[in-house]
Amino acid sequence: MPVSAEDWQDGGFGLYIHWPFCEAKCPYCDFNSHVARRIDQDRWRRAYLAEIDRVADELPGRVLNTIFFGGGTPSLMDPDSVAAILTRIAQRWPMANDAEITLEANPGSVEAGRFRAFRAAGITRISMGIQALNDADLRRLGRIHSVDEAMAAFDIARGTFDRVSFDLIYARQDQTLADWKAELNQALTKAIDHISLYQLTIEDGTAFGDRYRLGKLRGLPDDDAAADMFDATAEICAAHGFERYEVSNHARPGSEARHNLIYWRYGDYAGIGPGAHGRITVSGRRYATETHRNPAAWLSAAERGTGESLREPLAGMEQAAEYAMMSLRIGEGMDIGRYARLAGQPLNAVALADLSEQGFVTERGGRVVVTGRGLPLLNAVTGQLLAD
Amino acid sequence: MRLMTPLSHIRNFSIVAHIDHGKSTLADRLIQSTGTVQDRDMKEQLLDAMDIERERGITIKANTVRIDYTADNGEKYVLNLIDTPGHVDFAYEVSRSMRAVEGSLLVVDSTQGVEAQTLANVYQAIDADHEIVPVLNKIDLPASEPDRVREQIEDVIGIDAKDALLVSAKTGIGIHETLEAIVHRLPAPKGDAAAPLKAMLVDSWYDSYLGVVVLVRIMDGVLRKGDQIKMMQTGARYGVDRLGVFRPAMQPVDELGPGEIGFLTASIKQVRDTRVGDTITHEKKGADKPLPGFKPSIPVVFCGLFPVDSSEFEDMRDAIEKLALNDASFTFEMETSAALGFGFRCGFLGLLHLEVIRDRIEREYDIDLITTAPSVVYHVHMKDGEMRELHNPADMPDLTYVDHMEEPRIKATILVPDEYLGDVLKLCQDRRGIQQELTYAGSRAMVVYDLPLNEVVFDFYDRLKSVTKGYASFDYQVVGYREDNLVKMQILVNDEPVDALSTMVHRDRAETRGRAMVEKLKDLIPRHMFKIPIQAAIGGKVIARETLSAMRKDVTAKCYGGDATRKRKLLDKQKAGKKKMRQFGKVDIPQEAFINALKMDS
Repeated sequence: MPVSAEDWQDGGFGLYIHWPFCEAKCPYCDFNSHVARRIDQDRWRRAYLAEIDRVADELPGRVLNTIFFGGGTPSLMDPDSVAAILTRIAQRWPMANDAEITLEANPGSVEAGRFRAFRAAGITRISMGIQALNDADLRRLGRIHSVDEAMAAFDIARGTFDRVSFDLIYARQDQTLADWKAELNQALTKAIDHISLYQLTIEDGTAFGDRYRLGKLRGLPDDDAAADMFDATAEICAAHGFERYEVSNHARPGSEARHNLIYWRYGDYAGIGPGAHGRITVSGRRYATETHRNPAAWLSAAERGTGESLREPLAGMEQAAEYAMMSLRIGEGMDIGRYARLAGQPLNAVALADLSEQGFVTERGGRVVVTGRGLPLLNAVTGQLLAD
Repeated sequence: MRLMTPLSHIRNFSIVAHIDHGKSTLADRLIQSTGTVQDRDMKEQLLDAMDIERERGITIKANTVRIDYTADNGEKYVLNLIDTPGHVDFAYEVSRSMRAVEGSLLVVDSTQGVEAQTLANVYQAIDADHEIVPVLNKIDLPASEPDRVREQIEDVIGIDAKDALLVSAKTGIGIHETLEAIVHRLPAPKGDAAAPLKAMLVDSWYDSYLGVVVLVRIMDGVLRKGDQIKMMQTGARYGVDRLGVFRPAMQPVDELGPGEIGFLTASIKQVRDTRVGDTITHEKKGADKPLPGFKPSIPVVFCGLFPVDSSEFEDMRDAIEKLALNDASFTFEMETSAALGFGFRCGFLGLLHLEVIRDRIEREYDIDLITTAPSVVYHVHMKDGEMRELHNPADMPDLTYVDHMEEPRIKATILVPDEYLGDVLKLCQDRRGIQQELTYAGSRAMVVYDLPLNEVVFDFYDRLKSVTKGYASFDYQVVGYREDNLVKMQILVNDEPVDALSTMVHRDRAETRGRAMVEKLKDLIPRHMFKIPIQAAIGGKVIARETLSAMRKDVTAKCYGGDATRKRKLLDKQKAGKKKMRQFGKVDIPQEAFINALKMDS
């Protein structure tokens, strides 16, 4: 395999645009999302455009592979703003012919009516947070839509876009393995080409996290039950022609989320909007960047010249660790040579042999691939592989 | 130039009390009310210099203060207080301090009554022929029951308590009466200023500015600055550089006469060069016969201490050497363990002593330590007649050469309210105890048991506190060795023996202990990516087994561009956490497991 001039080129280049507002905050969500009563869409649009110009000045001439509008709930954005942002991006970078431009959407009735406008603006793919297929569980997850509304929105989306993915959360309170299998089978009859299936994770700093600490979040499946669900998920998806190409993502071959693959292949990505992270290579050095998390702080900082709040050069070992952490999540695995180039030292051969002997990873074509047996233990596998 | 105080105007005394009964507060109050320390310099528990002493409310080394007091009769007296350690681990320090004074204040909390520790120390005072003045403290509290406690002192200790002083050290009630009682009820010291010098070496410690400071009590003769002195036991000779008294800060004096207590420095390099109990005399025209000496203190509890981060071994060696400069009762030698690397096998007077030293290394020198299972010293009698002292179960010789083994036994005294008596007896029986005495004093029972030290050394006191809700008090002394059926129990984790977890146990208790240990370890060792058998074995025979099942799930559901930094830092944290573990074969064992595995729940 030819060695790229700069490491990020093995992963590609994408833009992440963060819209920080939601209609309501979900109790499990630890993303940078806020509920605001009134949003000055014009002012926000100008700030995004200014940030795009700032980033483009620094990273000129690259082919842009993907754009992702995440949040928050970016489907609450004014479609005109989305159009203006995409127009400006296209003016500043050469776009790949098959550029993937995704927008996250809530499956409510309000957003459904705007899908046509989003498509006209240039969005090519929708990722919809459906989360559960029964109303009782949706309410427990703090979702404001019903299953019927979600299905209606989904049908409109699939009539408007070629590529529509949706998310479900499993290993929920009081959910059994049989419940999940039934729900997943039902979901897959609806799915088009891509589905994201996340185990419910209790994060600190969320409403669920607080309740969990107080012992008031009952009925969560234990690790053994959750592991069984994880394994069943891959099997059922495979039976419907959806391959697990990443820990929580399943797609028909060729329909993988290309923007996310940039993260997992450790390419470069610029983050625009409040609390957006980036990995960018400037003059041969790779940096981690962050912007102001607080929406009002970001807005005024962006207006004053830059929304960026942090820029930190990444040492070779840090890049290698991030590359390993990311690439071991995906089916194609990690390129051992690329790891060694970033780290400035070879991968721990003893750990690799040991993990491979235990059946947690396989080595093929100069790559380490985590097996179906290793994937549920990925954090431990990664830890061992990167041990000093 | 200060003239020596006449013998008739000196009173030397100590304070005997159970922990929390107010000894330090009383000492503070005596110091303060006589103007020895100005109010603005007063801080809580003046005499407890070390942080650990203040924090745990205990006194470890003897401390001394000289108090000037003008009595109601208009005469000026010098009162020397030697503050002694209260805890059983330091009983030896108590005994030698007692020999340097003529009387004791017996402080008893009038809301609590006599405790086992009080008993042990008061008997030491009686052994030293002290005049004893009972002081009932905390008299200001509503729960105070002076009459009941007075009666208890007479019943349990057997001394007259009808003239006991009623005191509240906190509010100052009875402080004046206490000072008068010291003057009028305690005897003056005896001694002859014209006789050859005889000074008792009461204690010594290392001071980073002055070198070794020696606490002395002059029995006969006069010690002057610049004198050439001789240690009668070691024969070492020194010139006296400094002479002084404690008020409680050091104050230089030119001479110390009979009955006086003070310090000297003499370019002595290490505490080990001074023998506590030794007699100091003049090099020329010295005394012919030394004072009766003390027995040296002997460590009874041993354990391995290893730095968590093996690169800190040299720092740890420095720390241990510095601590040993000041504490001759603590022994150490280098130890190597396949799993734990380089460390030290250390000997202590008891578990509190162990904890104090370990805390000081961790805190004052900032070194994280792994502590291996504490062990007592066994006598291994070989078939060829040789007797070996076994300090570390890992050194147990091949059984085919062993004839029999002996273990140290203690005499334990426990005082307990009678509603908890049943639980205490069960605990002692479970620990292979032999009951020797059971008597009542009011609503409290006094139980005396003969117990193996190895059953007590670890968590006996914790268990006792928990079964009696903290109402029992406990004291012990080592009484000798007895033969018993002892075996070495090994712990195998993932089929590999872990030496640091090896213990000596009684054969009859091996199954119970082994099962408890493997169950505990199953909870203490985190799940790994593979299943781990945990076994207890004697010789080649497995006597208990548990299996720690393999980890099933350890994966982050979402990891996108915004998560890279956080997840990388998590990975670093995971790595740092791993450094706090020790690897045995492929298994990581957290450092706290080594101690916690031994704690028994019943």
